Amino acid sequence: MSPKKFDVREHKLVPKHERVPLPEATEILKELGLDPTQLPQIRASDPVVKAIGAKPGELVRIIRESETAGKTVVYRIVVVG
Amino acid sequence: MSFLPQPTLKVLERIKFGVLSPDEIRKMSRVQIITAETYDEDGMPIQGGVMDPRLGVIEPGRRCPVCGNTMHGCPGHFGHIELAKPVIHIGYVKQIYDLLRGTCWKCSRILLSEDQIRDYLSLMERLDRLFPNLKPRLIEHIRQKTAKVQECPHCGAKQKKIKLDKPTNFYEKDKGVRKLSPDEIRARLTHIPDDDVRLFGIDPKEARPEWFVLTVIPVPPAQVRPSIMLETGVRSEDDLTHKLVDIIRANNRLKESMDAAAPPIVIDDLWELLQYHVTTYINNEVPGIPPARHRTGRALKTLAQRLKGKEGRFRGNLSGKRVDFSARTVISPDPNISINEVGVPEEMAKLLTVPMRVTPWNIEEARKYVMNGPYKWPGANYIIRPDGRRTDLRFFKDRKALASSLTPGYIVERHLIDGDIVLFNRQPSLHRMSIMAHKVRVLPGKTFRLNLLVCPPYNADFDGDEMNLHVVQTEEARAEALELMLVQEHILSPRYGGPIIGGLQDYISGAYLLTTKSTLLTEEEVMDLLSVTDYKGELPEPAITKPVKMWTGKQLVSLFLPPNFNLRAKTSVNAGRLKCEDEDCFNDTYLVIKKGKLLTGVLDKKSIGAQQPESFYHWIVKEYGVDYARFLTDNMFRMFIRYIEKHGFTMSLDDVEIPPEAEERIREILREAEKDVAQLIEAYRKGELEPLPGMTPEETLETKIMERLSRARDQAGEVAAEYLDIFNNALIMARTGARGNILNLTQMSAALGQQSVRGERINRGYRGRPLPHFKPGDLMPAARGFVYSSFRTGLSPVELFFHAAGGREGLVDTAVRTSQSGYMQRRLINALMDIRVEYDGKATLPDGTVVQFSYGEDQVDPARSDHGKPVNVDRIIERVIGHEL
Repeated sequence: MSPKKFDVREHKLVPKHERVPLPEATEILKELGLDPTQLPQIRASDPVVKAIGAKPGELVRIIRESETAGKTVVYRIVVVG
Repeated sequence: MSFLPQPTLKVLERIKFGVLSPDEIRKMSRVQIITAETYDEDGMPIQGGVMDPRLGVIEPGRRCPVCGNTMHGCPGHFGHIELAKPVIHIGYVKQIYDLLRGTCWKCSRILLSEDQIRDYLSLMERLDRLFPNLKPRLIEHIRQKTAKVQECPHCGAKQKKIKLDKPTNFYEKDKGVRKLSPDEIRARLTHIPDDDVRLFGIDPKEARPEWFVLTVIPVPPAQVRPSIMLETGVRSEDDLTHKLVDIIRANNRLKESMDAAAPPIVIDDLWELLQYHVTTYINNEVPGIPPARHRTGRALKTLAQRLKGKEGRFRGNLSGKRVDFSARTVISPDPNISINEVGVPEEMAKLLTVPMRVTPWNIEEARKYVMNGPYKWPGANYIIRPDGRRTDLRFFKDRKALASSLTPGYIVERHLIDGDIVLFNRQPSLHRMSIMAHKVRVLPGKTFRLNLLVCPPYNADFDGDEMNLHVVQTEEARAEALELMLVQEHILSPRYGGPIIGGLQDYISGAYLLTTKSTLLTEEEVMDLLSVTDYKGELPEPAITKPVKMWTGKQLVSLFLPPNFNLRAKTSVNAGRLKCEDEDCFNDTYLVIKKGKLLTGVLDKKSIGAQQPESFYHWIVKEYGVDYARFLTDNMFRMFIRYIEKHGFTMSLDDVEIPPEAEERIREILREAEKDVAQLIEAYRKGELEPLPGMTPEETLETKIMERLSRARDQAGEVAAEYLDIFNNALIMARTGARGNILNLTQMSAALGQQSVRGERINRGYRGRPLPHFKPGDLMPAARGFVYSSFRTGLSPVELFFHAAGGREGLVDTAVRTSQSGYMQRRLINALMDIRVEYDGKATLPDGTVVQFSYGEDQVDPARSDHGKPVNVDRIIERVIGHEL
């Protein structure tokens, strides 16, 4: 291992993850017509989640390159684990 | 909706599983079974035996002593067996093990502090409400945590290690090792408080842990294990009955020994025997114990075996059932019916029926069917009156009177007639095109007939394949089948945006022969070709007027093209010596269609073939619709095979024969290669061979030899191709893509080349040599499976052996691959079958859980895409301005 601390977010295979502030999160859920339990989940122990400091219950936005649609935005809810 | 009255529907809100408690078992029991005897000398069931009449009547005419019903009404009643000593239930061994490890041996509390218990209980309660799918993770966490605790937080007792000796023996390890008897285990489990039980993920209301140790076992009703009478009059009992008798016998012996105060060793032995019988009664395939066997040596089919696996209750009888209104037979080809049709034997048409509601508009038709009766097609088999009463026309004499008594409201179950919608299926049903709707054509014969063009979607051929047919029974189902499942709706496959239905084999050769430059047709020939189609109209101006009027095949094809269709494309034959890069093509291998006229080029696999995306046929389907596409397959394609039929098309030995000078050249090429290989081997022996990166010298040598030999084979093939006439039929098939490839031809005319097993030259068999014909360690091509002969010249015995070895590997591979991909398919289907696309484009599970926020991230239906791309700009430009930019 290199002496520098490794940050998963800099890896080329890891898409951009960002925390969504609560007011915006409610807005997004309303727009999608979903309640939080219907969202795909991501564990709090996930390296990226740890790196961006998201806590259980928070919404995470993932922006990634898509083979079919160019760029795509998806959401995950952080769960305990 | 069916015409019959429908039962009321109730919505299942939830389903809960629990464990039967001993009290419940006794409560639902009508009789305690105490004796292993079943029948007395007169053949009457013994009271208190496993065939006690109180367990339910199964003989006709008798009445149940419990409920008073006859065999049709009696649902059967449970009995029970009181066990002399408790035994472990094999299905709950895992739970018992976890509970024993997670609780204190002394005070039976869970090995967590009071604080932890409170915290986990409240967390569990919250998870239950919000994320029920996370609960198993918490339970697993608690299980692992409690198993590690050394000292009881409640009473301070030092914990002992529990060992499970599969399948059913538990040991406690402290200083020595001590066996825990089921008695003792049960006592420990009984003392675990309800709240602690909850933390193990068990609901104490539905399943107290002590119930996992059996003290009473239920005896299922007689209906569940019917005895069968053989022709000899001998009674043969069900496997479950045999097993129950074993249990009672073991149980009674144990009881007697206990009453007689036998030595503990004897009692323990009998106890173990009882445990064995109860275990195998529940599951006869437990690893670690020999399965209980029938007298004949066949393993008994006990409770778990009835439910498990492909033929078990779930997969065999609930997920999949045998259905009515279905038929199965061998398939055979019929190029003269539409792709939307299926030929059904008349015999079958008289057995398969469609319910037809009588109305004032069809009453005469219905009367005709009734009058014809069940044995004359088209007739009818049943009549259902408005009150639901059924009349079987087989047993009704005066059908004429019955026919005149028909009034609107009656339902006539009439025979299958031309035009009825049926579903047609060939297993394995791997994609949606494996079940398609067809229109019935009742034909003579005993096979289902289908158009050859629908072979690719079903992956069918006629070497004995059988297919299934289902007659759709309701109006709604017919409408859905017609609109969504009809063959023509499936010409475009969602597997790879392109047509899955299209020309194959002779259709392709025929199209090529018809559209080549050299084909000129007389008026008579043109008439003949057009007569197999529905073409109605004038003949075009002949291409040649003198001395006789002649038409080209391209002109005939143009008759069927839409008048505004433009296309420029390469053809399959556009290769090798006939290569052309643009439309100025003297070889006639560049396809140009302008304003619906085929100007240059030929039709072959690249334009009309099945599974060819972005082709002539694909653009037709996309741009003019499936109806037009069906029109083409039923007319133009039929003309192609009519032409090849008239033209004559066959392949003979001569087609792969090459002149002696070519054979000499090929032999020279192979000699050359052999010399090079000998040099390589020599270099290797001297140690002068430079190893390739990451390879041993031996691997390097093999790689280099293989590379040299495959080059030699290719060169030999090129020479052979050079001497073959391009218009010989075998080569036409290879060039147009109808069947075979150039490699196949070179194998026939030049040399077979290297045979391989596991991607290596053949080297297995004897020590250092594949066959005793060679010296050990001989690395020359001939000794390692290189075949110098061609199929035409014939193989030497040794060569034939090598070829067979390579061929066998291929067979084994396909056999292995199909079973593996089949299981993978099953698992994928089970995982993905409930996903659906919502109206807003989200892909979700039925409860609304998101799988994809936007279907495929671009919401494109692959069937409507161009080979996966949502739009094809080049094609749009070509369509609009008639050529590419």
